[in-house]
Amino acid sequence: MVTSIMIVGVGGQGSLLASKILGKVAMDKGYDVKVSEVHGMSQRGGSVVTYVRFGDKVNSPIIDKGGADYIISFELLEAARYVEFLKPGGQIVTNSQQIDPMPVIAGTAEYPTDLIEKMEEAGAKVDSIDALSLAEEAGSAKASNIVLMGRFSKYVEGISKEEWIKVIENTVPAKFLEMNKKAFELGVNA
Amino acid sequence: MKELMLGNKAVARGLYEAGVCVASSYPGTPSTETTEEAAKFDEIYCEWAPNEKVAMETAYGASRAGKRSYCAMKHVGLNVAADPLFTISYTGVNAGMVILVADDPGMHSSQNEQDSRHYAIAAKMPMLEPSDSQEAKDYIKAAYEMSEQFDVPVLFKMCTRVAHSQSIVELGERVEVPVKEYVKDAAKYVMVPANAKKRHPIVEERTLKLIEFAETSDLNRLEEGSDKSIGIITSSTSYQYVKEVFGDKYPVLKIGLINPLPVKKIKDLAASVDKLVVVEELDPIIETHCKALGLEVTGKDVLPLIDEFSQGLIAKALGEPEAPSCKKIDGLPGRPPAMCAGCPHRGMFYVLSKNKITVLGDIGCYTLGATPPLSSIDTTECMGASISSLHGFNKALGAAAEKNTVAVIGDSTFMHSGMTGLANIAYNQTNSTVIILDNSITGMTGHQQNPTTGFNLRGDPAGKIDLEALVRSMGINRVRVVDPYNLAESEQAVKEELAAEEPSVIISRRPCALLKKVKRGEPIKVNPDKCKSCKACMKLGCPAISFKDGHAKVDATQCFGCKVCSELCKFGAFETMEGETITW
Repeated sequence: MVTSIMIVGVGGQGSLLASKILGKVAMDKGYDVKVSEVHGMSQRGGSVVTYVRFGDKVNSPIIDKGGADYIISFELLEAARYVEFLKPGGQIVTNSQQIDPMPVIAGTAEYPTDLIEKMEEAGAKVDSIDALSLAEEAGSAKASNIVLMGRFSKYVEGISKEEWIKVIENTVPAKFLEMNKKAFELGVNA
Repeated sequence: MKELMLGNKAVARGLYEAGVCVASSYPGTPSTETTEEAAKFDEIYCEWAPNEKVAMETAYGASRAGKRSYCAMKHVGLNVAADPLFTISYTGVNAGMVILVADDPGMHSSQNEQDSRHYAIAAKMPMLEPSDSQEAKDYIKAAYEMSEQFDVPVLFKMCTRVAHSQSIVELGERVEVPVKEYVKDAAKYVMVPANAKKRHPIVEERTLKLIEFAETSDLNRLEEGSDKSIGIITSSTSYQYVKEVFGDKYPVLKIGLINPLPVKKIKDLAASVDKLVVVEELDPIIETHCKALGLEVTGKDVLPLIDEFSQGLIAKALGEPEAPSCKKIDGLPGRPPAMCAGCPHRGMFYVLSKNKITVLGDIGCYTLGATPPLSSIDTTECMGASISSLHGFNKALGAAAEKNTVAVIGDSTFMHSGMTGLANIAYNQTNSTVIILDNSITGMTGHQQNPTTGFNLRGDPAGKIDLEALVRSMGINRVRVVDPYNLAESEQAVKEELAAEEPSVIISRRPCALLKKVKRGEPIKVNPDKCKSCKACMKLGCPAISFKDGHAKVDATQCFGCKVCSELCKFGAFETMEGETITW
């Protein structure tokens, strides 16, 4: 049994930290883990995808169409873009933040409307929260990734809040720890 | 101790444990982190060389001197280093030497999709190919053993999905390897024809010994399966996809030593199954080998020659049912990569685009100058080609081209292979205009130092090449430096240098906005009462500016405060947060 999670967003949003935390949490539980990320060109404000897979034995580091149990998205349009990677009835945890892509900025396309409804019609369960505002409430807009991890932790069975917090303690710099713990908590209770 | 480790970091750990002492590389996605991570070990001297050829020759020099050495590059970098590659296959090594090459199937960050395994065959060098981080570390150590046992540099092939995936690695200890004495041996190391003729038969004998090794080494392992209707031969990340789809159902010959390939192991598998299937990304290397052995094999008849594979792709190609999924949402706008807010390249590309200048481009972040709305760049091929092809372009068309065509090239790319092209311009004289986009770093690969930055790989002060002095010394008399944030100054320079009757170099200089040392400016805003909705500022393609409710709007969280947009506004609509009009 392998659990497959996609973390998607816009280059520069902090998805690498999220995948690092997720990978460590799974490893601490004694699972085999694989994480795949893409560096380089795609990070310059483009759409970015990270795959995290854990279970008794994990072979492939990537996730295919119909392969994801969960999608964690840092941006609404990006959640919609990858919905076909989700198993039918799979869970999306997304930030409600909208960031205009270049075709929208350049005026050749519109930012789509009713994305949550469209994702639900496509067969996904959607939990959308304003992670940016919650992160600002915790002390920094940069903590929206931790807010989303907090929210996501509610859906993963068998991993306690303490286990998540322990990994965050070992991953983020000490001076930002309290802020990140608060961000995690705000995500759980959003 | 176990650690969740990036494939590239596992390579670096392997270098450490194998007692490697010298590493010289040129950055290139997806190979860069191997050298960056190796630099974290005090025991390994690590550097960025100006290009891959220099890196390989540096590593070779260290090996010949008697210490284990390493160099790394992306697939296209191996083209640059191909010259030494073919000849050091003849000379062999003193201490072990490993050459890492990272392919990029799917072209996540590359200009082509070449398959580097061809080089191993052509240069008659052994090549190893791991399928996850643990193997990356283990194979690096095996590669040094092989290098010394068979007296040959060993190629080590990564791909994006092995290089940039993390999996669990068991750490080991470093083993210090005694320095091998350097002994003068002209017959082995001086490759004049008479000596090289004697070395070539040794190379061919070595290949035969390596094939024997391939038959017995556990680098090539047979994993038994219960269903003998199919037998699969695979390697690299494709192996992981095969196991994901089929588990232990079919027998799998997992190839770790991709060159030279075994013969008996493959024939034995073929004899024990009904049908032989080869699963390999890109070109049919293993498949061609099987066919040369007279075996019937399924491969590229059902699997693609292009793009990377996945478990789903392999399942579908081999007749397995497709996984059910959520429905795709059609009609969503794409999100292509773009130059960052505050990027110093943007101003120069705006000037070039506005003046409808033909732009011969090069490799780096600034290749994004080809994307809308700037759409400035006309051509991009390989490192340095902007300058050399500009010379050819101008020789072909004369003044008509010279007055309206430029080359753009980054500081690191100029040091890599732009200088020789400029030498040709200075020597064979075209009135060419070359723009060096000097952002004081190697940007696209994630901020590596280069010979013009004044710092080495570890960030310590180092030699610094003065670009202006260098260019002048090559015989270019017209050299000027502009700030690309200043559009008027940049435009004037471009117009004057294009008009000049001799070659010129414009250095467009401002550090990358993402560098830690670069201070972010205060974000600015648009006064909607002053904005006349002319969209002049939208022509910059800045991710911080959008057009909402009939007016331009600045996203303060993204705005870098470069104020380039305010230079384009005839109505003074851009203001500081305090409401003061920004003037230039």
